[in-house]
Amino acid sequence: MVTYLVSVLNGLAMGSLLFAIALGLSLVFGMMDVLNLAHGAVYLVGAYIVVALTAGEGGLPAFVLAVLVAAAVGAVLGGVLAGLSRATPHHLDQALLTLGASLVVAETLSAVFGNEVHSVAAPASVAGSVSVFGQAYPVYRLLVIGFGAVLAVGVYVLVERSRLGSLIRATVADRGMVSALGINTGRVLVGVFAAGAGLAAVGGVLAGPILGAAPGLDEKVLLLALVVVVIGGLGSVRGALLGAVLIGQVQALGTALLPEYASFLIFGAMGLVLLVRPAGLLPARKAVPA
Amino acid sequence: MKATYETATSAADRTEAVDDSRPRRIARKALVAVPVLVLLAAAPLVLGVYPVSTMTRILAFAVLVLSVDLLTGVTGLPTLGQAAYFGAGAYTAALVGIHLTSDAAVQALAGLAAGLITAALTGWVAVRARGIVFLMLTLAIGESVHQVADTWPAVGAGNGLAGMPPISLFGGPPLTAAGFVYWWVLAVAVIVFAAVALVVRSPYGRTLRGIRDNEPRLRALGYRPALARYGVFCLAGAVAGTGGALWAAHARFVSPGDLAFEVAALALLSVVIGGAGSLWGPCLGAALVLLVRDNLSASIGGHGPLVLGLVFVAVVFLLPRGLAGLTAGLTAGLTAGLRRRHRKERIP
Repeated sequence: MVTYLVSVLNGLAMGSLLFAIALGLSLVFGMMDVLNLAHGAVYLVGAYIVVALTAGEGGLPAFVLAVLVAAAVGAVLGGVLAGLSRATPHHLDQALLTLGASLVVAETLSAVFGNEVHSVAAPASVAGSVSVFGQAYPVYRLLVIGFGAVLAVGVYVLVERSRLGSLIRATVADRGMVSALGINTGRVLVGVFAAGAGLAAVGGVLAGPILGAAPGLDEKVLLLALVVVVIGGLGSVRGALLGAVLIGQVQALGTALLPEYASFLIFGAMGLVLLVRPAGLLPARKAVPA
Repeated sequence: MKATYETATSAADRTEAVDDSRPRRIARKALVAVPVLVLLAAAPLVLGVYPVSTMTRILAFAVLVLSVDLLTGVTGLPTLGQAAYFGAGAYTAALVGIHLTSDAAVQALAGLAAGLITAALTGWVAVRARGIVFLMLTLAIGESVHQVADTWPAVGAGNGLAGMPPISLFGGPPLTAAGFVYWWVLAVAVIVFAAVALVVRSPYGRTLRGIRDNEPRLRALGYRPALARYGVFCLAGAVAGTGGALWAAHARFVSPGDLAFEVAALALLSVVIGGAGSLWGPCLGAALVLLVRDNLSASIGGHGPLVLGLVFVAVVFLLPRGLAGLTAGLTAGLTAGLRRRHRKERIP
């Protein structure tokens, strides 16, 4: 029983990270129908930034610096991707552009850092473990769960309760109408794209001590983020949160109970949700019902 | 979100519109097809083992690309998941080869069935969506199947399936020479190409193009687009599975890498390079992409994906309708020019 509770905690930590990663993907998709296939690559950039900056020592200042650098680099990458995808009106072309960008970024990373798996140590001051349910549990993962909770509340307040947030939601719902009101929706799109990519890169830094950094990780993370977005519903913050928590739990419990079938379980969960709610659990409200 | 996915009118449609006399069209196509087939069939007689083996892989990959084109180009459903059915076919063919029989025809049929069944099982999730959501769902399905292949011990997990004996044909001796395997793969690829071409020209193919161009109108006319989409998804799965069986017959080794995201992305890239909707264009695209990945990659220190990434970006900007679009644009431009001249002559 206790092992299951520990799995639940692991699932929550994974869910926190997935929420940080999937949020940008979901909002960008909801706003301009751009499937950003470079999202996983942006995540990987964050993971390699922490590898480069902490170099295995794991001081807290270096780690915080890595978070800030990753946020900045991710935002710049997101801005570039937004610029690229606005260059063509066709959605398939936009997806192909981000796919090309992701290949270039991933290949550059593997050329710089090599093809081996890098592991990242948690910062020394939070590397210990505490007793949870009578078992030793890493402090770092509890902090990640805390980060996820703070992020969820922060994003909720920003998106659901602020003026900027209402602008973002309105752009998701009806972009044409918002621009008819005299608001530069292009700037909103680029801003959300950049913020989402920055968040994904920060997710890469925070996931460093849990998942490490290796070539191919970008695709795995992209898949998980896609499943989260599909389950939660496109373009909604609450959906991304619900999907992230669900997939985190499915993955952690699946790995603990049926390690061989964990990947079946995630697809099974997605299939089940799509069977019952084809638009996802909590899709964004649209001005015109699709 | 728009319900339909807008695609530029395909190259195939435009040539049909330009050239209206059917016998002449058939004659012109035969004039191109026959020499190409003869050249392809004669390749093992003049080329060495390595080029022939490369061409075999190109042909197997081209079958996968055809299935992507059937969805993306003809029906307007962009997909990144066909590698899953390709892999299902390849694994099934390899398992049949290892445990049951080395007969290549049985393996190809088993691969076809595996692709068909996997697509039928997973397709109902995907075909409810359209456009870019469809792309997202197929990507999720494809990656899930990849993860399954990567972790399931029954199919060798990360190590893949090795030890497949050489194929044989109709009870004959094992075919170890690269040329014989090539001829077999060529024969099956040509049959698949012809079958897909027949489907695309049939009334069902017209329905599919109707779905691509204006689905609400098709529904208003009394068609059932959902059923047609599911059908073409299963058909594309079967085609991809056959391609996988051909791939296994040549490589005699299947690994999770054969159904990775990269393969699906390359297949989509081939379709886009070749021109979505035309059938020969994507096959040409498949050859180009595979040549870049396998040959150029080695000569620039293994950074093939970097080149491919740049190709993706370049194709979007430089070749919006692909190679087929280039020639179709040329013929359309010429005919338009001729028509204009006719009109000028008539006016005075």
